[in-house]
Amino acid sequence: MKDDLKGIGTSGRAGRGNGSTSPSRAARSLAGPAAKKPAAKKPPATKAAARKATGAKPTSEARAEAATSAPARTAAKKKPAAAKASPQKAAAKKAAPKKAAPVEEPTPKVAPSAQDPSGPAAAEQPIGTGRQRHLHAVTEDEAPRQEPPQEATADIDPEDVAAAFAEGARRLLGADWQTTMTEIVGSLRRRLSGDYAVDEFGLDPEVLDLLSHVVEPLAESWFRLQVRGVENIPADGGALLVANHSGTVPVDGLITGYAVRKYAGRPIRPLGADLVFRLPYVGQIARKMGATLACAEDAERLLTSGELAAVWPEGFKGVGKPFSERYKLQRFGRGGFVSSAMRAQVPIIPVSIVGAEEIYPLIGNIPSLARLLGLPYIPITPFFPLLGPLGLVPLPSKWIIEFGEPVRTDAYPPEAADDPMLLFNVTDQVRETIQQTLYNLLVERGNPFI
Amino acid sequence: MSGVVLVTGAATPGVALAARRIAEAGDVRVVAVDTTLPTDDLGSVKFVRADIRTPVISKVLAVEDVDTVVHMDLAPIRPRGSGSATKEINVIGTMQVLAACQRSDTVKRVVLASSAAVYGASPRDPAVFTESATARGGTKSGFSKDIVEVEGYTRGFARRRPDVCVTTLRMAQWLSPHFPTVLSTYLSNPVLPVPMGFDARLQLLHPQDALEVISAAALEDHPGTFNVAGDGIVMLTQAARMLGKPTVPLPPVGFGAVLGRMVHFMGSDVSPGLHRLLTYGRVLDTTALREIFGYSPRHTTRETFEWYAETARPGLLHAWGITR
Repeated sequence: MKDDLKGIGTSGRAGRGNGSTSPSRAARSLAGPAAKKPAAKKPPATKAAARKATGAKPTSEARAEAATSAPARTAAKKKPAAAKASPQKAAAKKAAPKKAAPVEEPTPKVAPSAQDPSGPAAAEQPIGTGRQRHLHAVTEDEAPRQEPPQEATADIDPEDVAAAFAEGARRLLGADWQTTMTEIVGSLRRRLSGDYAVDEFGLDPEVLDLLSHVVEPLAESWFRLQVRGVENIPADGGALLVANHSGTVPVDGLITGYAVRKYAGRPIRPLGADLVFRLPYVGQIARKMGATLACAEDAERLLTSGELAAVWPEGFKGVGKPFSERYKLQRFGRGGFVSSAMRAQVPIIPVSIVGAEEIYPLIGNIPSLARLLGLPYIPITPFFPLLGPLGLVPLPSKWIIEFGEPVRTDAYPPEAADDPMLLFNVTDQVRETIQQTLYNLLVERGNPFI
Repeated sequence: MSGVVLVTGAATPGVALAARRIAEAGDVRVVAVDTTLPTDDLGSVKFVRADIRTPVISKVLAVEDVDTVVHMDLAPIRPRGSGSATKEINVIGTMQVLAACQRSDTVKRVVLASSAAVYGASPRDPAVFTESATARGGTKSGFSKDIVEVEGYTRGFARRRPDVCVTTLRMAQWLSPHFPTVLSTYLSNPVLPVPMGFDARLQLLHPQDALEVISAAALEDHPGTFNVAGDGIVMLTQAARMLGKPTVPLPPVGFGAVLGRMVHFMGSDVSPGLHRLLTYGRVLDTTALREIFGYSPRHTTRETFEWYAETARPGLLHAWGITR
């Protein structure tokens, strides 16, 4: 509730933040209405100043400020176990350091108050009760302080940085951030010493894990992904996912991979065009994700070894089609995917992806530049070259991915893969299934964005 | 003595080892030839100094009464001589050896110690090569081109002499701490130039596995073409990390030329065509070796690499205590 009070660098010292936000505001709220004085708002209210004020004449603002500044500074030293302290105890402790600090440099005025653990501020000031309540609110989700504030200096001291870091880590990683941190450092160290296994296609499970964390918010919050027909994906054994391709940039592959991994619990092995593996970084990431070249050898190897391969047979014709032709399936390659599935005797699962068409509406192309760069097209979207990098942000369309009923191929003998007419028929069957499902899903989805 | 085995290229350390291994494994006499004297101890192997680029080789076949020829004088780079000299030995040498074998009445078996470089390396390649795969790119120059031609001549020979058992062994990159190989020369550099944005899948072959396979092919009939490689892969960046060597990412365009310059500057040499391997990588399928040839590699790629890394000098990152 008072979460804004424990931001990084809220120690209220000069040079940390703008000084007029977290610490002083915290101080003001702690001090109640009386704090609305300009003196309290003064940005460079350092700890030193605060303590001086406490030592000399303990005004409520200065004391409250010292109280709020201390937790962040000393958070580094606190263990999660310490957070179990009761609010009263916490309050007492909170009050104590103010007094304890001067013990190091004892002044007659503060020494007596150090012997009063019940919060001398409450006794001294009429608005003490209100402040006490505020203090409680703070301490409930704030770890209690155990140590007196260190000698404060005007420049940033390392302990302060450590405190800010610990506080940030705690907010980012949760209460057991130290364990998480140790794990992260450990795995980073392991990665850096090369101690990890990669399969012969280059699939790196750790990179895949990391990637799915990155894709998750994109899929769930940005694209509001709905997934249907997960039961059609076999729990084990090979299968070939065949999907429509769209969206100018093949984001649909990424999202499909994420969806299958999350809902069916299996990684997919996307089959990509050779362009993917020719591009620096793109090819590297694709390989680490488990992608490989869309060729009969790799497809059959994956399918016969019981993997879940995924193919987008429309290829660049599908992904680079103009926005006006959205959701109109292009030619499904030459039916190579059917022959691979038939040879491996695995089912074909039609996958219909709605939503990818709207992420980058392709309204133009620069063929000459594309030829020069060896790319299939250079897209022009309503925002892309116009807004520069901002145009690369995909539009937040609503996505639905439906996994259709598997098309059995084990009814045919493996030799049927050499019958072109049969291959064309099965290709058409899969294509029609996807097209019909797309139309149904489109009607159901309604507005693409809302 | 049941037979005589001729091994070509004995001055190369790996080949000398293979010759000794064959001599130890079987009840055969082994004759090794090369243009220069071998630096390694050949043991019971008889060394004959002969140039395989000349018809002298047919005389050696006749005089020694050779029945098995193990042609191993194929190298992507030679300690002496330029690229054209390397090509000369690789291609013309093979032609002369095969021509001599075709004439010979005694030769019953030919083993070609080929290389996986025959598959090239390109983004259009399948992730895993089987023996039936054909190169789709990356065989326009360098050692890959030589090997493609050498295998072509060998297939021609097998067609003309169907009575001779021809075994072609397509071996992955050898890696050993004890003698220089293409990869160990590259990996011995203090910093490793790598193509930016690519991470090649490397597959290695333990010399012990290689020697086993070569001696088996030299002593028994195993007609056909077989991929020989350790299981699994090691990524290039992973390899660099395990060695503790910093990588220097270079732009992929013109990587080959810059790699050559840089490695030359660091005092070693890089074989032509290695830049393609370091960019796209190459992995072999060894099912045929297991099921038809009947040999399962004992060392995985990772074990081979760890064996190498243990013996290698710690890289800069390890030495400075940044990793490990």
